[in-house]
Amino acid sequence: MHLPLPGLSAPTPSRRTLLRGIGGAAALGAGIPLLSACGGSDAASDSKTVTVGSNASDAVPKKAFADVYAAFKKQSGLTVDVNTKDHNTFQEQINSYLQGTPDDVFNWFAGYRMQFFAAKKLATPIDDVWAKIGDNFPDAMKKLSKGEDGKYYFVPMTTYPWAVFYRKSVFQQYGYKVPTTWDELVALCKQMKKDKLVPIAFGDKDAWPAMGTFDQINFRLNGYDFHVQLMAGKASWTDAKVKATFDHWAELLPYHQDGFMGRTWQDAAQTLVAKKAGMYLLGTFVAQQFTNKDDLDDLDFFPFPEINSAYGQDTVEAPTDGLMVSKAPKNHAGVLKLLEYMGSPAAEELYLKGDPSVVAASSKADTSAYSALQKKAFDMIGGAKTLTQFMDRDSRPDFTSTVMQPGLQKFLQNPKGVDSLLSSIERQKKQIFATA
Amino acid sequence: MNTETTTKSPEAASVPPPGAASAPKRAARGHRRLLTRRDRFTLALMAGVPTVLHVALVWATALASIALAFTTWDGIGFGSIKWVGLQNFHQLFADNPQFWPAVQHNVIWFVVLILIPTPFGLFLAVQLDKNIRFSRVYQTAFFLPVVISMACIGFVWQLVYNPDTGLINSLIGANKPGHYIDWIGDPKLNLWAVLVAASWRHTGYMMILYLAGLKGIDPSLREASALDGANEWQTFKHVIFPTLRPTNTVVLVVTIIESLRAFDLVFVFNKGAQGTELLSILVTNNIIGESSRIGYGSAIAVVLLVISLVVIIPYLVATFRKERRS
Repeated sequence: MHLPLPGLSAPTPSRRTLLRGIGGAAALGAGIPLLSACGGSDAASDSKTVTVGSNASDAVPKKAFADVYAAFKKQSGLTVDVNTKDHNTFQEQINSYLQGTPDDVFNWFAGYRMQFFAAKKLATPIDDVWAKIGDNFPDAMKKLSKGEDGKYYFVPMTTYPWAVFYRKSVFQQYGYKVPTTWDELVALCKQMKKDKLVPIAFGDKDAWPAMGTFDQINFRLNGYDFHVQLMAGKASWTDAKVKATFDHWAELLPYHQDGFMGRTWQDAAQTLVAKKAGMYLLGTFVAQQFTNKDDLDDLDFFPFPEINSAYGQDTVEAPTDGLMVSKAPKNHAGVLKLLEYMGSPAAEELYLKGDPSVVAASSKADTSAYSALQKKAFDMIGGAKTLTQFMDRDSRPDFTSTVMQPGLQKFLQNPKGVDSLLSSIERQKKQIFATA
Repeated sequence: MNTETTTKSPEAASVPPPGAASAPKRAARGHRRLLTRRDRFTLALMAGVPTVLHVALVWATALASIALAFTTWDGIGFGSIKWVGLQNFHQLFADNPQFWPAVQHNVIWFVVLILIPTPFGLFLAVQLDKNIRFSRVYQTAFFLPVVISMACIGFVWQLVYNPDTGLINSLIGANKPGHYIDWIGDPKLNLWAVLVAASWRHTGYMMILYLAGLKGIDPSLREASALDGANEWQTFKHVIFPTLRPTNTVVLVVTIIESLRAFDLVFVFNKGAQGTELLSILVTNNIIGESSRIGYGSAIAVVLLVISLVVIIPYLVATFRKERRS
C-alpha cells in the first residue's frame, strides 16, 4: 500500500477481517504470527538448501530471480527454496513474518525500512559478506546498506531513479530547453501553459506520488543532510526550511495537471504519452506506460533542477531493492554464500536480463545491454553524491502513511494552510517517534 | 456490531457441562429424563465448541483490543507493549486531523441512508406490492446491487466517476483544463459521490425488507379501510405504515449498522483520502501494515465500539423486554 511501485493495487481486506479489526484489533496482532508460522519451511534444516522469502510476486521479477537462483545452484551446489508471497501481503505481514519462523533470506528495501528491522534485532548483520562484495558497489550504495549501528544488513540488487520525464519530440517541436535551475523550470512551465500544454502531469489518488515531489524540492533546497534529519524525525517540520519547501511547491502547483486527487499515476502518465503534458516527475517505471516502441524511444528525462547552488543536483532519489538475512537463519553458511553471489555483478546482470525495467545497484555490472534510458538512469545513480530512497522508505512507514499521506493531500487541496498543517504534522510526528 | 452472535451467547453459555456423576442416580427414578448420556455429550459438544470459539474469537479479542487501546505497541514482541493510559485517546481527540471528519462522515452516512434510499425503497416496495406487471423484473433489477459486493460496486462506480475517462465527465465534457470536475478527489464532492453509490445499493436492500413486511400485512386490513372509504394515501398513512412498525425497527438497525461499518466502498474508491475519512478506515490504516500503531488503532476501534454499543444496547434491551412480555 505504501510502496511506490507500479501496478499494485491494495488488496481489500475482507469484511470478516475488518469486523475483527473493529471488535478485536488484537486478533490481528496475535493471529497473524500463528498463520505465518505455518508458512515457514522445514526444508531449511539441511545444509544443501537456503530458503528465501520473496515479495517478487509479479511474473517478470519472479522469473528473473528464479534464473539467478538456478545459476547459483550450478555454481555452488546449493538449492534456493523460494517462498513467494503477494507483494502487498508480504509488506503488510512483514512484522509478524519476521517474528515467526521466517525464511533464511528475505527480499526487502534499503534505507530506514531496513534499519527499522535491524534495530528491532529481526535481522542478522552481514559484515563478513560485505568484506568480499564491498568493491562492487559505489559509496552511496554502501551507505544505504548499513544499519544505525554501522553494521551492514542489506545486499542491494536493483534500483531506479526518480526524475523529470519528457518527450524529446515535444521539446523539439516547441524549442524547449531542459531546465537546470528553478527559475528556468518555472519559466518553462509558463511557456508550456501558453502553448496549451499541461506543464506537469500529476496524479495523487494513491497518495504516494506527492511524496516524490516533496522529496525532490526538499533535498534540492535544503540538502541531503537536512532531508535525512527530517525523515528520521530529528529535524522539526515547523522549521522555516520546511516552510520554504512548501512555498516552492506552491509556486509550482498551478502548473500541475487539474484534478490530480482523483487520478492514478498511470492515467497521469497517459497524458505524457498523448503529448498533452510537457513533463512528469516520477520513477523510471513511468516507461511501462509507453507500450508503443516509438513512443518509448521518444521518452527522456532530466534530473530535477537545482534550487540551491550549495547542493546543486548532487542527490538522486533511487529506491533500492535487495536482500536481508532473518534473525536466526537455519543455514548460516549457505546464506553467506548466497548473498556473496547475489552481490556480484554477474548475478545482477543475469537478473536484469530477465527484468529490464530497473538498473543494477552494483557499479561493476555490465551496462552494454542497457537501453538508452537505462544507461542514463545508471549513470545518474552512479554519479550521485548521495542517494535517498523515497519518503516512505526513508522514514517510519506508520508516520508516512497515517500522517504524511493525508497531510500532503491536504496541502495540495489548500496550499495556503501550510502553517497550521506543519504544526499538526510536527505534533503527530513527536507522538509517533516517541513510541519507538 | 455483532448483534446476532451477541444475543446467542447467553443461551450458549447456560448449557450445563456434561453432568456425568449424577446421571445414573437420576436415570433410575423413571422416564422423566429424556436425554441419554450420549445426547447430553453431543449437546455439550455442539454448544460448547461454538461457545469456546465465540468467546475466544469475539469476546477475548474485543477485550484485548480494549486493553490495547491504553498502550502503544508496534506489534513486534509482547515486550514492546507499553502502558500509556489515556494518551491514545487524547491524541485522537486533540491532534488527529482525520478523526473528527471521520466521525462526521459516519454520521452523514447514516443521515443520508435513512433520508434518501430508505423512503425510496419503501416507495418501490409499495408499488411492487400492488402486483403490477413485470413486478418480478423490477424487483430483480432493484435488488441486484445488493447481491454484488461493495468492493465491486466501488470499482464499477470508479469507472463512472473517473475524472479523465469516466462516464459523467466524458458526457458533460468536464475533463478539460479550466472546467474540471474531480469527483473522486475534490473533498467537497467525493463523499457525496460515494454516497450515491451506497444509496444505489441501499435502496434495493430497503425495498426487499419492506416488501417482506408488506406481504405480511393481513389483506382484511386493506379491505376494511377500503370499505371505510379511505383513499390510497390515507390507507397507507393510517393503516399500512403503522403496521410496518416491526419492519421499521429492523430497517433502522440495519441502516445504523451499515453506516457504522461503511468501509469497502470508500476503501476501493479512494482509500478514505481527503473528504471521505471513515472511522473503520482509520482503524485499518493504523493497524495493518509493516510498522503498525496497534495501540492507537485499537483506541479508534474502541471509539467505534462505544458508538455501536450506544446504538445496539437500547435496541437489545427493547427487544428482550418485548420477548419477556409475550
